[in-house]
Amino acid sequence: MSAVVSPIRKPLITGNKTYHQITEDLISPTEKTPTKEWVIGFIISVAVLTFGVFCILWTIWVGIGSWNLNRTINWSWDITNFVWWIGIGHAGTLISAILLLFRQKWRTGVNRAAEAMTIFAVMCASLFPLIHMGRIWLAMFILPYPNTRGPLWPNFNSPLLWDVFAISTYLTVSLLFWYTGLVPDFATIRDRAKGLRRRIYNTLSFGWTGSAKHWQRWESLSLVLAGLSTPLVLSVHTIVSFDFATSVIPGWHTTIFPPYFVAGAIFSGFAMVLTLMLITRKLLHLEDYITVEHVESMNKVILLTGTIVGVAYLTELFIAWYSGYVYEQFAFFNRALGPYWWSYFGMMFCNVISPQFFWKKSWRRNLTLTFFLSIVVNIGMWFERFVIIATTLARDYLPSSWSLYSPSWVEIGIFIGTMGLFFTCYLIFARVAPVVAVAEIKHILKTGGDQYVGENAVHSHHDTHEETHHDHH
Amino acid sequence: MADNSSKEIIYGLYDDDEILLKAVKEAKKQHLDIYDVFTPFPVHGLDPVLGLEESRLHQAGFIYGALGTLTAFLGMTWIFTKDWPNIFGGKPYWSVPAFIPITFELTVLFAAIGMTVTFYIINGLGPGVVNKHLDDRITDDKFCIAFDKSQVSAAQAESFFRATGASEVNTKTI
Repeated sequence: MSAVVSPIRKPLITGNKTYHQITEDLISPTEKTPTKEWVIGFIISVAVLTFGVFCILWTIWVGIGSWNLNRTINWSWDITNFVWWIGIGHAGTLISAILLLFRQKWRTGVNRAAEAMTIFAVMCASLFPLIHMGRIWLAMFILPYPNTRGPLWPNFNSPLLWDVFAISTYLTVSLLFWYTGLVPDFATIRDRAKGLRRRIYNTLSFGWTGSAKHWQRWESLSLVLAGLSTPLVLSVHTIVSFDFATSVIPGWHTTIFPPYFVAGAIFSGFAMVLTLMLITRKLLHLEDYITVEHVESMNKVILLTGTIVGVAYLTELFIAWYSGYVYEQFAFFNRALGPYWWSYFGMMFCNVISPQFFWKKSWRRNLTLTFFLSIVVNIGMWFERFVIIATTLARDYLPSSWSLYSPSWVEIGIFIGTMGLFFTCYLIFARVAPVVAVAEIKHILKTGGDQYVGENAVHSHHDTHEETHHDHH
Repeated sequence: MADNSSKEIIYGLYDDDEILLKAVKEAKKQHLDIYDVFTPFPVHGLDPVLGLEESRLHQAGFIYGALGTLTAFLGMTWIFTKDWPNIFGGKPYWSVPAFIPITFELTVLFAAIGMTVTFYIINGLGPGVVNKHLDDRITDDKFCIAFDKSQVSAAQAESFFRATGASEVNTKTI
């Protein structure tokens, strides 16, 4: 609170805010009638979602034959989209959990929205394996429960079942973490509201009072949930990569997959956070809370993880050559120069080359460039999964069964539909809850506000700071 | 902390967390029995001054986690050695390394759900709970010290609030 802050620290909250001003700025978007931009965005999202639902129903009614999968390429857009969405989800947990453990204060500006994004992305992701089962009405067979089918249990040795556990645990823990953080902020909305709105928000806030003991337990809970989420988020994408790495397909059967997938997940997740936050801060006028400092910090993470991913791509190529194993060598030759060469070069350009722009400080702080590159990165990460999945399967051991693949309208529709689901959920969230964590921003005001730190800090405050500082000793 | 019988509360509102901290220290010095302190965000340094013991929630979390570990590991062991022994890929029935991922996931799941549910129950919070609270501005920008009138007399409380720089003093039955 009145901890000593290094003078070289940049402020994280600008505009000389008071506690009350923070409440006003962050809560009022939920109290006004929706803006025109919001309504237009919402209508488009719901329309796209509706088409996606239609395509899913079509798949269930007609069967998986409505997709363009074939015997050789039996995983393609579905699993590509699944891995892509799951990866996007990872940034939320990284920001809320790992950065909490590392005491990175800039996380408070973006953690709430990033966690919401995690939950919506995981929802989109988990749709794909479910509908890919074909007979979705038998989906409960993947859950281990005593049954009259034998008893018949799922195979606990299978990475696909590990995935079921990993993703459902991830969704549950993220939801608990996110909601527990929201409870005090819902109480703030409640205490500003009247009538029915007050009753609704009282239910949502669980009767929060702000008692000192409750806050103490709340912090204890947040810290332990962060500690649990950190290995959890690493395990989730590790297990997703096991779906491929434990197989015997050349190009999949590599030990580098877990770290490479995790880095890629964080990479794509931060790109999506940036895309969303740059729009959100503009539309909700949150420039004082999501500052250029925040954007720069996230761009540094993108640069780091993008470079890790690049090293992983090159390591894969080297190991394929070095192994002396002709099938492995062919798999990578085929990826780069086979029929899907364009997706390999798309991936290389978007994921390895494009983040290198961020070595330059002024480009890291350029919002237009950041927005553009964040979309490029997400396209690149989609290509990465497509390259790994479809192009590898297209050329297997037996040249007589080699095949090619392009998606059917149903597959395209489902993918676009998940975007609709994601944005519909996000837009509703931005209406009913503060997109920036109110209590947490107040908590860092005295160490992050521009009247306390940075160039424009008011010097008279130094005296009181000094005084309280001595008080503590 | 709060029981069901209604209480006459006298409370002071402060405008800043640092003033609040000094006031709480002063109250402790004067041996005034504080009913509770309410703040809009977790004020660091408040717990030791207020004499709150460290939360044992994380210990509960450890127990829930251990329960998850045992459930997963023993469950899979029983299923694959007793109830449904099957050979997958020539591996032994009891293939421990393959059990690790699910064991880990259930450890995390049990710990997280258990701790969160415990948190809400011991705090008396939950969907539909209506806790009478003292002032609407406590979740905005006011920091509140509350005394139970049966413990601290109104005159004593008022002079304390005046001396420690409270911006407002009110009474309320909760």
